[in-house]
Amino acid sequence: MNTPKGIVAYATYLPRHRLRHADLGAALGTGGGTGSRVAASFDEDSTTLGIEAARRLPRGGERPGAIFFATTSPAYLDKTNAAAVHAALGLGADGFAVDLAGSARSGTGALLAAAASGGLAVLADVRTGLPGSADERDGADGAAAFLFGDPDEAIAEIVARVSVTAEFLDRWRTPDEPAARRWEERFGLESYLPLVTEAGRRALAEADVAVPDHVVLSSPNPLVARRGAALFPARVPAGRTPGHAGAADVGLSLAEVLDRAAPGETVLLLAAVDGCDALVLRATDRIEGGRQAHPISAQLAAGRDVSYTAYLTWRGLLDREAPRRPEPEVAAGPPSARSQAWKFAFTGSRCRGCGFVHLPPARVCKGCGAVDEMEPRPLSGVRGTVVTFTADRLAYSPSPPLIDVVVDFDGGGRYTMELADAAPDEVEIGMRVETTFRRLHTTQGVHNYFWKARPVEDER
Amino acid sequence: MSARGIKDRVAIVAMGCTRFGEHWTSSTDDLLIDAVRECMTAVPGTDLADVEAFWLGTLGSGQSGLTLSRALALDYRPVTRVENYCATGSEAFRNACYAVASGAYDRVMAVGVEKLKDSGFSGLTRMDPPGDGTAAENTLTAPAAFSLLDPAYCARYGVDPAGMRAAMTHVAWKNHANGALNPKAQYRAQVSKEKIAAAPLVAGRLGVFDCSGVSDGAACALIVRAEDAHLYTDHPVYVKALALTAAPGRAAMDPGYDYTTFPEVVRSAQDAYRQAGVTDPRTEISLAEVHDCFTPTELVLMEDLGFAECGEAWRDALDGAFELGGRLPVNPDGGLKSFGHPVGASGLRMLYECWLQFRGEAGRRQLSDPRLALTHNLGGRPGGCVSFVSVVGSELG
Repeated sequence: MNTPKGIVAYATYLPRHRLRHADLGAALGTGGGTGSRVAASFDEDSTTLGIEAARRLPRGGERPGAIFFATTSPAYLDKTNAAAVHAALGLGADGFAVDLAGSARSGTGALLAAAASGGLAVLADVRTGLPGSADERDGADGAAAFLFGDPDEAIAEIVARVSVTAEFLDRWRTPDEPAARRWEERFGLESYLPLVTEAGRRALAEADVAVPDHVVLSSPNPLVARRGAALFPARVPAGRTPGHAGAADVGLSLAEVLDRAAPGETVLLLAAVDGCDALVLRATDRIEGGRQAHPISAQLAAGRDVSYTAYLTWRGLLDREAPRRPEPEVAAGPPSARSQAWKFAFTGSRCRGCGFVHLPPARVCKGCGAVDEMEPRPLSGVRGTVVTFTADRLAYSPSPPLIDVVVDFDGGGRYTMELADAAPDEVEIGMRVETTFRRLHTTQGVHNYFWKARPVEDER
Repeated sequence: MSARGIKDRVAIVAMGCTRFGEHWTSSTDDLLIDAVRECMTAVPGTDLADVEAFWLGTLGSGQSGLTLSRALALDYRPVTRVENYCATGSEAFRNACYAVASGAYDRVMAVGVEKLKDSGFSGLTRMDPPGDGTAAENTLTAPAAFSLLDPAYCARYGVDPAGMRAAMTHVAWKNHANGALNPKAQYRAQVSKEKIAAAPLVAGRLGVFDCSGVSDGAACALIVRAEDAHLYTDHPVYVKALALTAAPGRAAMDPGYDYTTFPEVVRSAQDAYRQAGVTDPRTEISLAEVHDCFTPTELVLMEDLGFAECGEAWRDALDGAFELGGRLPVNPDGGLKSFGHPVGASGLRMLYECWLQFRGEAGRRQLSDPRLALTHNLGGRPGGCVSFVSVVGSELG
């Protein structure tokens, strides 16, 4: 039998944009409230969100032998989205990568699959609701990544696990629809509560825990999420998570606890989706040194507003006239495959002779003319400085103007790239930027994934 | 580089140029026919059948030599289609000149044409080969790419952005004022500086009037051996230098490049001056037709072509140095700003202005006694371009 694996690292990514409830209410003529929802940008999807979370895991150590990618909003069907995650992490050809796509239960599925065999669970979702819906208002977009490995290295271990399954109509969506439908919520509540009770009690008994330190309940049914957790008293008050984030929600909830849990503390993690999965976890002595660099509370606090009309346009719910420009050309298969290290992992080449860095990689050195004397130069984790910039109001973009910056990377290398998550008046020469994996455009159903720059928040 | 050159070995003896503009009722064929007919009418007694070979420049308005041979019903003559981005028309001219200089032919024609307005799109559009979708030019438009020069120039030379804005406005104002005097220009209205500065933004600080227009047009030149030129005309235009450079693509990757110059222009200008024997372009060149695709481009070109000190072109422009009455008139015909930029035709349109000026046929734009003229084309974007420079003159020697 395999040794059970523990969580050795985790990281989350919340997109930078916020949709103010007040703006939403004003547009729809309803009471909006004072909060906001976390919204993925026009160039983000579940794949890019997942990659951003996975990139934030500490580097070094063992390369994950498997990637389990969970989402309810897959960017592709009939094509493995986990393969793009694998490529963006620069993992080469080795290893297994699979999608667990469908309901929010995929999130738990990815965690359990990675826990059973070791590997990386990446949970990511863009949670879209029709205008005026609870999913729109109370949903969230985001991603969480958990690396499972040697129990001796673990920052948290799974000490008990119980699952129950039930078939009933609570929420559903056919693959061609943009948003889910829901049955009357009280029916869902009555159906879920006994399942939560059973799974939770049995898991606590199995773990021999009377009162857990932390209790987290994730459910796409908001009534269940509110009422279910009260079934199990916790010693430590619950923290704040961004809102229900589909398959990523269970991961964001767990990560939020790991941001705070003290060594030895226990966590009852309940995921009520078409049944209930109950996990009891215990933080180890390594938790203090293994917390993610940017806790969820800090990610929630940072943000920039997006207008409701822009948000609807980004989600394809407001069909606006296209610019008078030709649609971008489709990213072709063979060139994309040849340039996988460049396109997906942002790896340039560096001349062994003179050190000149080439973005994209080149065979003939533009510094000294040497041929085939290159070594790979990965730049996805390298920051840079803006040399010059522009805002293109003519370019084809779902969110004009398109901002472009010329970036000099620390340690060598220059590239001209789009700037994400910024407005034209925020750009200046000398500005510090970092890289982010985004979707440039989609043509003929092909997502053109590539890297953009985005402003660095902590160096201003 | 270090080409030997063909100074004074070939001459232009006739030219044709359509009006540039929105030719909704003319096809590519119509534009070609009109330009070639004007050219041949200028040399009575010479027939198109006497032209031994043709070079056709077009970016996207037709493929192969058949674009020209079918339109003109040419009788089994060699027609070469060339393309080199915005230097396409100049490239057709360059190759045609070399063919005569080589001794292979005695009479050839370079023709350039572009039909842009039929696409229905704003700005230039291109057909790119299949790619991985990562190239910046897949997303960034030409005005945006050239607008990168503006903040970089201000930063490098400590120019107040208001001063730079005023200089860019001056370039647009000057070229529209020149174009207003030209019956073949697309735009023939003078535009006030207030209107230019207040125009809707296109990219960076570039407004609508900082960008050349989109137009249709064609232009052509009949080229013969210099010793035969006077058989056709009393006022031939002699080719002094033809220089083309294509960038290695280094600048776009090179932290040493600062986006205030086009290295390829500097190189092609040096090459052209050497071929022509020009040692001081500021005093020896009588007029220059340069690639003012966007207003900051023209400012930077003044420095790269040696017409201004580095960091000073914006000030020289504001001082009127490059106006019709200035020390070195630049784009006296109105430039790309007034003509629009039908890519394959632009380089030959520039030569057409030199042709008119040398013959004293430039009307209200006429300069007094011009002897030596420069044309310049730039294709690509800051960081990697093809650049063409020619020097032509009204006299041998």
